[in-house]
Amino acid sequence: MARTPKHPAGPDFDPDLAPQALETGASRIRSRRAFLRKSGALVSSGVVLATLDANAQGAVRTTGNSASPPAIPESMKAPGAPVGDKLYGVPSKYEADVIRNVPKNQAQYISSASRSPLGDLDGIITPSGLFYERHHGGVPVIDPAQHRLMLHGLVRNPLLFTVDELRRLPSISRIHFLECSGNPVYTKPYGKTASDLVGLVSCGEWTGVSLKLLLDEAGLMPDAKWVMAEGADAAAMTRSVPLDKCLDDALVVYSQNGERLRPEQGYPLRLLLPGFEGNMNVKWLRRLKVTDAPVYSREETSKYTDLLPSGKAREFTFYMEAKSIITSPSGGQKIPGAGFVEIRGIAWSGHGKVARVDVSVDAGRTWAQAALQEPVLTRSLTRFRFPWQWNGRPTIIASRVVDETGYVQPAFEQLTGERGVNSFYHNNAIQPWRVADSGEVSNANG
Amino acid sequence: MRTAEFVARSAGALAVVACAALLAVATTAGAQTRFGIGRTATPAEVAAWNIDVEPDGRNFPPGQGSVVHGRDVYNAQCAACHGANGEGGVGDRLTGGMGTLATDKPVKTVGSYWPYATTLFDYIRRAMPLTAPQSLSNDDVYSVSAYVLYLNGLVPDSAVVDGKALTALRMPNRDGFIGDPRPDVKNADCMTNCTKAP
Repeated sequence: MARTPKHPAGPDFDPDLAPQALETGASRIRSRRAFLRKSGALVSSGVVLATLDANAQGAVRTTGNSASPPAIPESMKAPGAPVGDKLYGVPSKYEADVIRNVPKNQAQYISSASRSPLGDLDGIITPSGLFYERHHGGVPVIDPAQHRLMLHGLVRNPLLFTVDELRRLPSISRIHFLECSGNPVYTKPYGKTASDLVGLVSCGEWTGVSLKLLLDEAGLMPDAKWVMAEGADAAAMTRSVPLDKCLDDALVVYSQNGERLRPEQGYPLRLLLPGFEGNMNVKWLRRLKVTDAPVYSREETSKYTDLLPSGKAREFTFYMEAKSIITSPSGGQKIPGAGFVEIRGIAWSGHGKVARVDVSVDAGRTWAQAALQEPVLTRSLTRFRFPWQWNGRPTIIASRVVDETGYVQPAFEQLTGERGVNSFYHNNAIQPWRVADSGEVSNANG
Repeated sequence: MRTAEFVARSAGALAVVACAALLAVATTAGAQTRFGIGRTATPAEVAAWNIDVEPDGRNFPPGQGSVVHGRDVYNAQCAACHGANGEGGVGDRLTGGMGTLATDKPVKTVGSYWPYATTLFDYIRRAMPLTAPQSLSNDDVYSVSAYVLYLNGLVPDSAVVDGKALTALRMPNRDGFIGDPRPDVKNADCMTNCTKAP
């Protein structure tokens, strides 16, 4: 598959920080192809036929399928692959370029990230193989039979669990998004595609044990206020979590989307803190230590703190605030011609449910409410749809989410006005897309 | 304690204990709720895993390290990624940047940004060097911590540090952190005649 060997990261790019919004050619090309294909355009010829529809609105019908299809396609003339041909199914070979979006030419990939190809995905569940990754010490290989979870510190009864023992306990399944807090950063180079920009978000169905249940089993001491979580990876990833969150909706997860966690997502155990920044959802979870104060680990002091223009930095900025983005049509894609376009995208909030998504097709002068696709779940991706008749003229389109707390997704300038551009984390700004008269879509923040 | 309970059940008190357990589960009564799954972690097991050191000095292991020895450890284990003088490379920049945090180009290093020297020991001990974490002795971790602090001008070249010294050392940016005030911006959900572009 042809990829653009372009490397936008400058010499001062820091691979250990949550990576910048990097252009990746594969993602861009793929997104464009997918959009054309979905629209019925002939990619190979590049010819787009437009014929005027005869209806009263004078809507323009675009079509790329002028050639007559075979009456009997090859797939109907011989049996296909037998049952069991693939004992673990994989996508069609024609989908081979729907892949994670990995920044090019980093000095190392042990502490790095890959993004979900948001522009190519439908629905709210991210396929496990396309879930975004952020690892700080690579992906470990862990034998679940050897793995243990220790729960200790300010508890009456320190406990040690095997994975099988945790699976014996009452099991809970919930759908939640996960998002890296540097998604994207505030500084240039800005990403070109939806994946480049906010591909460090994904959503899955998680199955595991209530952390509250485990803490109750151990018996909390009166001074308990925080729980430090540690991973069994080469980074021994360590984050402090407020006890309130642990007693609310936190899970110790062993499965994702119906199967055991993938290694990249923490096999065999991970912490899930719905709505909290991704880094705190410690993967390969092996230890929970109840404390009376945060441990001030490296990841919660020198990283994942938000520097302000004053020189002060915000610490313990846990919640991911409400965000939305149009994923179709989005950067790198091309609208095949004037006429009907269903604007589609995703919205989410770390503070609860999506209440509303508004869409503007005139550079923010007017907004109209989009339809929300059920299910609309707490701390989950939510799909929105907005029907649009594109008149073929250049414009800017954008989405804006309002969550159930009444919080309205802000403009980029509002965020940087308050936080400056070196705050790095928690950029949840409205993402405007520029539509050219050619139908090509690009980042209006370019 | 849990083993004792299991023995009690096996010994014939089955009905009584089972009823009590069921009640506890049904009422989710908090600390007394017991499924009887998992086992008690022994003090030795906890001690072996409990490697976190804290800013107030808790849980530091015995040992100490000198800047002089730290230089050798650093050159052998760290310099390839972090630069001969901590100027950075494949790995983070570790030194300098003092006074830059409030400028357009802030440089966040151990010296300019990290609030606690204890975190330096904790992180090196658990995660460095990148290719062989948890391979250094505690004395080597103390030493290389001392050396990184020395490179930042925070201890003299004659320094020998231990847990007490790391806890007592006041880092330049110790008071540089504030709480989370979000939501810190308020967007109006204007629907028509909006003046501001998205």
